[in-house]
Amino acid sequence: MAQDKSKSSGSLLIKGGRLIDPAARIDAPMDVLVRGGRVAEIAPPRKIRGGADKKFDARDLIVAPGFIDLHVHLREPGQGHKETIATGTAAAAAGGFTSVCCMPNTSPVVDSPEWVAWLRQPERGALVNLFPIAAATRSSKGVVLSDFGALQRAGAVAITDDGKPILNDDVMRDALRHGAEINLTVVQHAEDTRATEGCSMNDGPTAFRLGLRGMKASAEASIVDRDVQLAQQFPGARLHVAHLSTADALKSVRRGKRSKARVTCEVTPHHFTLTDEAVGEYDSNFKMNPPLRSASDHEAILVALADGTVDAIATDHAPHALHEKQVEFERAPFGITGLETALGLAITRLHRQQKIPLIRIVELFTSGPARVFDLRGRGSLARGNFADVTIFDPRKRWTFEAAKSRSKSKNTPFDGWQLTGKVLATIVSGEVVYRSE
Amino acid sequence: MIRAARGSLLSIEHLQAPEILALLKLARRMNPLKPRPLLRGKRVVLLFYEPSTRTRASFEIAAKSLGAITTLVQSSGSSIEKGESLLDTGYTLRAIGADAIVVRHPLAGAPHLLAAHLDIPVINAGDGMHEHPSQALLDACTILRHKKTLKGLQVAIIGDIYHSRVARSAVHLLSKFGVKIILCGPPELLPDVASTLASGVRLTRHLEEAVRGTDVIMLLRVQKERLAGLKIRIRDYIARYQMTLARLKLAKRDAIVMHPGPIIRGLELTGEVADCPQSKIVDEVRNGVPTRMAILARALGKAR
Repeated sequence: MAQDKSKSSGSLLIKGGRLIDPAARIDAPMDVLVRGGRVAEIAPPRKIRGGADKKFDARDLIVAPGFIDLHVHLREPGQGHKETIATGTAAAAAGGFTSVCCMPNTSPVVDSPEWVAWLRQPERGALVNLFPIAAATRSSKGVVLSDFGALQRAGAVAITDDGKPILNDDVMRDALRHGAEINLTVVQHAEDTRATEGCSMNDGPTAFRLGLRGMKASAEASIVDRDVQLAQQFPGARLHVAHLSTADALKSVRRGKRSKARVTCEVTPHHFTLTDEAVGEYDSNFKMNPPLRSASDHEAILVALADGTVDAIATDHAPHALHEKQVEFERAPFGITGLETALGLAITRLHRQQKIPLIRIVELFTSGPARVFDLRGRGSLARGNFADVTIFDPRKRWTFEAAKSRSKSKNTPFDGWQLTGKVLATIVSGEVVYRSE
Repeated sequence: MIRAARGSLLSIEHLQAPEILALLKLARRMNPLKPRPLLRGKRVVLLFYEPSTRTRASFEIAAKSLGAITTLVQSSGSSIEKGESLLDTGYTLRAIGADAIVVRHPLAGAPHLLAAHLDIPVINAGDGMHEHPSQALLDACTILRHKKTLKGLQVAIIGDIYHSRVARSAVHLLSKFGVKIILCGPPELLPDVASTLASGVRLTRHLEEAVRGTDVIMLLRVQKERLAGLKIRIRDYIARYQMTLARLKLAKRDAIVMHPGPIIRGLELTGEVADCPQSKIVDEVRNGVPTRMAILARALGKAR
């Protein structure tokens, strides 16, 4: 099922770095030898014997398993003016992501094995591993379930109707039950859209001041609560809450986890960095769904990132063309890009400000997400695993410039932000696919 | 903050008190019956994406009284109908030679988008539920014709505050001058969060409490369709919130009644209240022209 991009048979020695591999509970100076696209050996400095075709000097740098993003929109098929698989995965590589899971809300919707296979064809030009998430229902209309088995065989790693939540209780129950039968995770964009019609940001003082209709936190929390209850009904059902943004939804996730239900969740960098006040004077680069939330939701998310409730950081990278975003705020599409700023924000905000240890942050980018979708052989640099490696400098200060982004779209709220922590090299199956200049 | 061209008027919230006072002072000196050709040769485009009677007509008469040329562009009968974006429409009007754009739009923040991309002043003539700055200024002007000063006054704003750009602008303006503001309405039309809008704002659900001892009563239009959507019975609304002569008696003896219009007699107020001597509803409309003359003169740098 997993895609093997091992075209390289050569060997590469990554030496002198500090290896952080949370799944293996390693945080120590280690050299890493990769061969044939796989991890060949991990050993303390200078203990690896024999030469390598190439060497990478990782002195003063952190060597981590390749980052995995569970939630990106690469816009193909059908919306190539926003992003393509080639440009989106180039941005992923620059952000340190060696694997991305792409959402099916394209045009047409990816609800058939043929489209899943199409996404994975080499002609798409993916620079990193691409794992499609397929539509849970036909055309994501929330009525008739798609053929989970066929989608999984074609390479889908999960199913979702992202952007169009499954509201109907019976359909969601059936999705979780069918998913459980074949060990396939159901990803839910938790939003009761019956309560958020016409809303363009979070409900609260800022929305009131701007005269914008606000989405209440309860519109997210009520769906998460229902989904967790449904997941508890079927042994083996796997529920993953996408881009969780509210304190109340976290309560339901915690309850689910305590009950041993297989409930996981992800949080985006923008939700752990910003609050709804940042919308300022109608800047559509601060418009996304779920919206930026209140300070208390933000606080709860920081706690959950630190205490282990959150399984993964996912970007919800959602590129849109300039002309689509430069319209009246309420008319602008939801979504911002995020692949290239994720690590910098995580280190700046979570590590340096919140004092979350680096090993936990690396976990949120690697073994955490790998477990959510069972991406075998990834998320850890154990011997024999795929040689997907992210090398970064946690102290390097840099300025993100949207104009230089590898994404086709530049709709980011972080243009011009000074960040600490920069990806220096991204290695997929032993091949260096990105190197910072 | 948006870097708008000098002279733009996007909101009351971001105006400083001295700027507001300067505008009010200028408005007092403007008289549409004695035209001054301050803006001779200037081109003012009235870009209206929403129906309007008084705002549109008074901006037009204000501009013409100052000697400016005006052009009206409406969403129907223009390229907007063909799908032209707001920004492209703005660029087009600029290229045609507009010196200022007065924009009315059903979506909040539309004037900000124009202002952020154009080098000419943009004047907000009402954007969605956000603000209606010229209305707040003309209301302040109206109050000051009847009260010596704003400071220390008590103003009750009653009705559909949630959907009202008039209310938001009024609250910002009055708050900057130390007015005690009481907002009154049912929770559906007046959420608790409204008290965070500015300092000096208090909420009540009881009309009597809002009106008792007040200096100014500002009523807002209530749309029947909106009440139906929120499942509020019109009969109940009228029973609890309609301004009647009896309720008006609770206010100070010299209290004035205001309403931005259009008024719906028999809904938010009775006909007797609309026509009583304390009602300044027609005055407000009249004050709209000099106020908008002042706004336009300021926009085009002829504020002297």
